[in-house]
This record gives sequence, structure tokens and C-alpha cells, in this order.
Amino acid sequence: MNVLTDNFSLYGKGLWGTVQLTLLAGALALAVGVLIAGFRVSPVKALRVFGTAWVTVLRNTPLTLLFFAVLLGLPRFGVVLPFMVFAVLALGAYTSAFICEAVRAGINTVPLGQGEAARSLGMTFTQTLSLVVLPQAARSVIPPIGSTLIALAKNSAIAGSFSVTELLGTYKPLNERGYGIVWTFVWIAVGYLIVTLTLAGVFGLLERKLGVAR
Amino acid sequence: MTAGSALYDIPGPKALARHRLYAWITTAVLVALVGFVVYKLVDTGQFSAVKWRPFTYQGIQRLLLTGLANTLKAFGWAALASLVFGVVFAAGRLSDHRVVRWTSTLVVEFFRAMPLLVMIFFIFIALKLDPMLALIIGLTLYNGSVLAEVFRAGVNAVPRGQREAAYALGMRKTQVMPYVLVPQAARAMLPAIISQLVVALKDTSLGYLITYQEFLYSGKLIATNLDYDLPFIPVVMVIAPVYIGMCVLLSWSANRIARHERRSPKAKGVTVTTALPEEI
Repeated sequence: MNVLTDNFSLYGKGLWGTVQLTLLAGALALAVGVLIAGFRVSPVKALRVFGTAWVTVLRNTPLTLLFFAVLLGLPRFGVVLPFMVFAVLALGAYTSAFICEAVRAGINTVPLGQGEAARSLGMTFTQTLSLVVLPQAARSVIPPIGSTLIALAKNSAIAGSFSVTELLGTYKPLNERGYGIVWTFVWIAVGYLIVTLTLAGVFGLLERKLGVAR
Repeated sequence: MTAGSALYDIPGPKALARHRLYAWITTAVLVALVGFVVYKLVDTGQFSAVKWRPFTYQGIQRLLLTGLANTLKAFGWAALASLVFGVVFAAGRLSDHRVVRWTSTLVVEFFRAMPLLVMIFFIFIALKLDPMLALIIGLTLYNGSVLAEVFRAGVNAVPRGQREAAYALGMRKTQVMPYVLVPQAARAMLPAIISQLVVALKDTSLGYLITYQEFLYSGKLIATNLDYDLPFIPVVMVIAPVYIGMCVLLSWSANRIARHERRSPKAKGVTVTTALPEEI
């Protein structure tokens, strides 16, 4: 029990690191994911091909390999950034592929008539997508995006093994200080549950407020 | 979506010209980006003979192949064990006995909510198991729990009439499940099961973090060797296509099965749609 009370600031720092990673990478993933989803339904073939390639490659790359390539490979390449930024880039790029697929599935749930009506009003593709279809799709993609972001929070644990400050990484200093390993992990688990349950709660609330069943 | 997409009109000559322009711009930007990356790679000496020579050594090739074999071994065992785990706990969650149902639900929900890496580290550090065993057990607990949800969703998605008809014919509880519900559910679940196996295959690379001698770990051993001038980028260039290739092959077979199932006349009778748990 006193693992937590003695090392409150260490746990707090770790938890804060996890929260930061989740929020920053989540924002990046949402932005990139929606953009790539737009590419994948666009009339320009080159953009569609690019979008498909992006999603296929990132969905099928193990996240550990991506971390390995970005955090250990890029510095050799002459790109030197803080590890935190690298971790956000890797997590964000990886998750964006899943967000893209969720958004694309959401776009397909919007009735055809909506897009047709927008076009018959003379709207262009960008207008149709951003003003008519996406706002409606957003309501039906809340649950899948929620579970993708929860998975992102869980995946952020990998960053700890690549010298980024986050929750799982706290086990090492605690172990060195001689605390019981089981209780250390119990509190780490509780920390992750706090993050994931909060996310689940927020998205549940969003769904109740905005969601529609299609 | 019959003629093209509902999102844009069928392009006329002007729009076609504009789309061609966009296509050219996209291609130009991508080519410029690839060119820049290649330039940077050459500039930082990533194609130097020193960094690539290790891959011609037989010892290094054997190291990589052993790593790949270890990855596939962990994947095979984990896949098998998580299928068994999934079946057992799905049956538990569908049980008529409240205690069994609640315990299974608790177990499945707990292991789904925990980050896989936390479980693997816990098994590896606290229980002091061998890295391979820790990886396989961790993968089994996580993927098995997700598969249990897939199986449960699949069985529940079979139309209620099927179960009722089976009971009306006088079948027992233990007959209804294997003879009526599972065969119909399995058809719909197969793509979801395979995509979960892709996740398991990807997650075997977590073994790298607990020093299990798998594919990525072999790569790391080569990449951190000073004699070869730290060939990180060449190692990634060799390893990434193999991982991506294996996963694409599995996902592709999942898609093929899904498409085949949709067209199969046998699937006409009942359409079973499962809400897939997240595969990530």
C-alpha cells in the first residue's frame, strides 16, 4: 500500500506522461485520420492510392517496430527531437490508420441521399464532405473512435520502454528502491484503468448527447 | 454507390483536367518527398557497404531466420492458446449459471482493459517466467479475451428463431450450441478471428522489450553492432517488409474469406453481423 503513498509524485509524473501521450497522439491521429479518410473517398485517384497505402502500411506494422524505427532509427538519419515528440509521432501515425478506417466506415453509413442532395445544390466535393457528410458521420463514429483512443492509451505503454516518461516506466525506479513488485504493478494497473475508464466515460457521454443509431 | 461515389459528380472535361492537375501535384509532392528521403539516406551514408555487408554473412542470416522462427513459434502457440481461451470464456459468458457467467465476464473484461505490455511485464518480472512463456501467456490472455467477445457476439447474433427451433425439436442445451448456433456463428466470425490473429502476430514484437529472441530482437542485435557502423536504418529496411508482408497476407485472407462468405449461397439463410471489438 505504501508504494503509492511514498512515491506519489513518481506515479503522478508517470500518469501525467501517459495522459499527455494519449491526448497529443490522439489529437494528431484524429487530424491525420480524418484527412486520410478524405483522401480515400476523394475523386482524385493519386490521393486515393496514397490514402490506401498509408492505411495498409501502418495498420500492418507492429507498433514496437514503428517505435524502433522512429525513436532509434531517425536519430541516425540526422533527425534529433525529444523522445516524447518521437513517441507522439509514432503513436499518432499508427492510430491515424485506425481512425481513418473508422471515419470511412462512418461516411458509408450516411444515407446516399445526403451526398446527392448536397451535390444537386451545387456543392463541390470538399463542401459536400466537410459541410454535409462528415458532420453526420461524426455522430455514428463516436463509439469506434472511442475504442480506438482507448487502445491508443493502452499502446502508449510501449513508449515507456523507449525512455519516455510514462506510467509503465515507473516500475523500474520503484523496483530499484526495493518496493514489492506486485503492489507496484497493481498501482500501475489502477493508473491505466483511470485513464481508459475516463476515456470510456467521456465517449459514452458524447454518444448519449450526439450519437445516432444507423 | 452505383455510378461512382455519391460524394462527387461524374467529372466532366474541366473537372477531369483539374483532377489530373491535382494528381500531378500529389505525385510531384510524393516524388519530392521520396527523393528527399533517399537523398538524406545517401547523405548520411545508410547505403554504405559497411552497413549492408552484415546481411551477406551466414551467421547474421541465421540469426535473422532464428528470430523469424521464434516470432512464428510464439505466434503459433499464442494463436492456439487464445482460441482455446476464447472458446472456454465465451462458453462461460453464455452460461446459464450466474457464478460462471460473472466470473468469466470479470476475467474477460479485466484482461481486455489492461495494456498488454503491462501484463507481459508483470508475468516476466513479478512471476519471473521465461521471456517466451511470458510473451505467449500475455498474448493469450489479451487476444483470448478479445476472441471470447468475438465468439460471444457471434453466437448472440444468430437469429433467436434458430435457438428456439432447436429447443422446440427437443435438443438439449449441449446440443443446441455445437449443432445449431456455433456452425452458423463460425461462418460470420471467421474474418474477425483472423484479423485478431493479425493483432497477435503484430504484438509478438513486444517480446523485443522483454528480451525474447524474436525477429525484431535479432534486428536490434545487428543494429547495435559497432563493427557494422550501427546499421539501424538498413535493419529496419530489411525487417519492416517482412512483418508488413506477413500481416498483409493474413489480413488479405481475412478479407477474401469475408467476401467469399457474403457471396456464399449458404449464408443466405441467416445473416449474422457481429459488432467487432476493436482490433488494434
